[in-house]
Amino acid sequence: MMQGILLSESNVDFMIHGIFQYSFFGHTVWITTTHVCILIVMLILTGFAIAASRAMKKGGEVPGGFQNVVELIVEKLDGMVDVSMGKAAPRFYNYIGTVFIFILFSNISGLLGLRPPTADYGVTLPLALITFAMIRYNKWKYQRPMTIWEDLCSPLPKWLPIWMPINLISTMAVPVSLSLRLFANVLSGTAMMALIYGLLGWIATAWPAALHVYFDLFSGAIQTYVFCMLTMTYISNEIGDGVRR
Amino acid sequence: MDFNENFILGCSAIGAGLAVIAGIGPGVGQGIAAGHAAAAVGRNPGAAGEIRTMMLLGQAVAETTGLYGLLVAILLLFVKPLLP
Repeated sequence: MMQGILLSESNVDFMIHGIFQYSFFGHTVWITTTHVCILIVMLILTGFAIAASRAMKKGGEVPGGFQNVVELIVEKLDGMVDVSMGKAAPRFYNYIGTVFIFILFSNISGLLGLRPPTADYGVTLPLALITFAMIRYNKWKYQRPMTIWEDLCSPLPKWLPIWMPINLISTMAVPVSLSLRLFANVLSGTAMMALIYGLLGWIATAWPAALHVYFDLFSGAIQTYVFCMLTMTYISNEIGDGVRR
Repeated sequence: MDFNENFILGCSAIGAGLAVIAGIGPGVGQGIAAGHAAAAVGRNPGAAGEIRTMMLLGQAVAETTGLYGLLVAILLLFVKPLLP
């Protein structure tokens, strides 16, 4: 064998694989394992949502069983948004809640034997781009154009836009750092678990469960929280004390 | 110049090892954050919950630079971008 043990493809495998390809207007498009995992996550979440809405529809004054769980989830998520966004919070309940549940379930889907969908940069970058679009849109919605221009040339006066390119770069760095943070955290967990299972062989029985608790549950939950928290912080920074137009 | 494939793989491994040195910075930073959080809880035990949340948030953000290094290392080892 000419390659080192780490580099042999047979025992360590956490990469994305293509399942089948098809031609889309002349481009070759691959359906990968990420698509399949994200489909499973989506189906489970959709099933949960349907069950939840049905439980809420016939729910009574005194909640019981499943209705309790659903109300607890919604209240906790709304409370989280309330704490960090203040007055503008009700407009963002839907987005933050959706993103939170999706990322959380994606991260802990490693426990179900899936490859976490968030360990693919093609999943985290769109999430960060949606957040970025929301940040910019709310800035435009809540601030006057003159204030936006002043913020863009921020430390210097507004007739001297020397500092503007630097501010533009730091604006553009927001989606990159948001998506790379989530991606690298989940990928590092996936890679380490693949290394442990691939290289230790039969030694890795039972005890890696403790590592799963750290890498999948703890790290996944923390990163979900961080993603949502940063989204809310960025948006409420841009809103400031502006009034919606 | 054409290099042997094994030479490129070896250099990639060395590069990966150098890249994860980036883990030093977040380690120090997270330690400082945890120490200050402990001091804050000592001063005001009632706010332990909020302090823990804030500490975890700050640590997760500080972790990013180390993760960039880890990302470079993983790319070098498994994606092997330098191979022709």
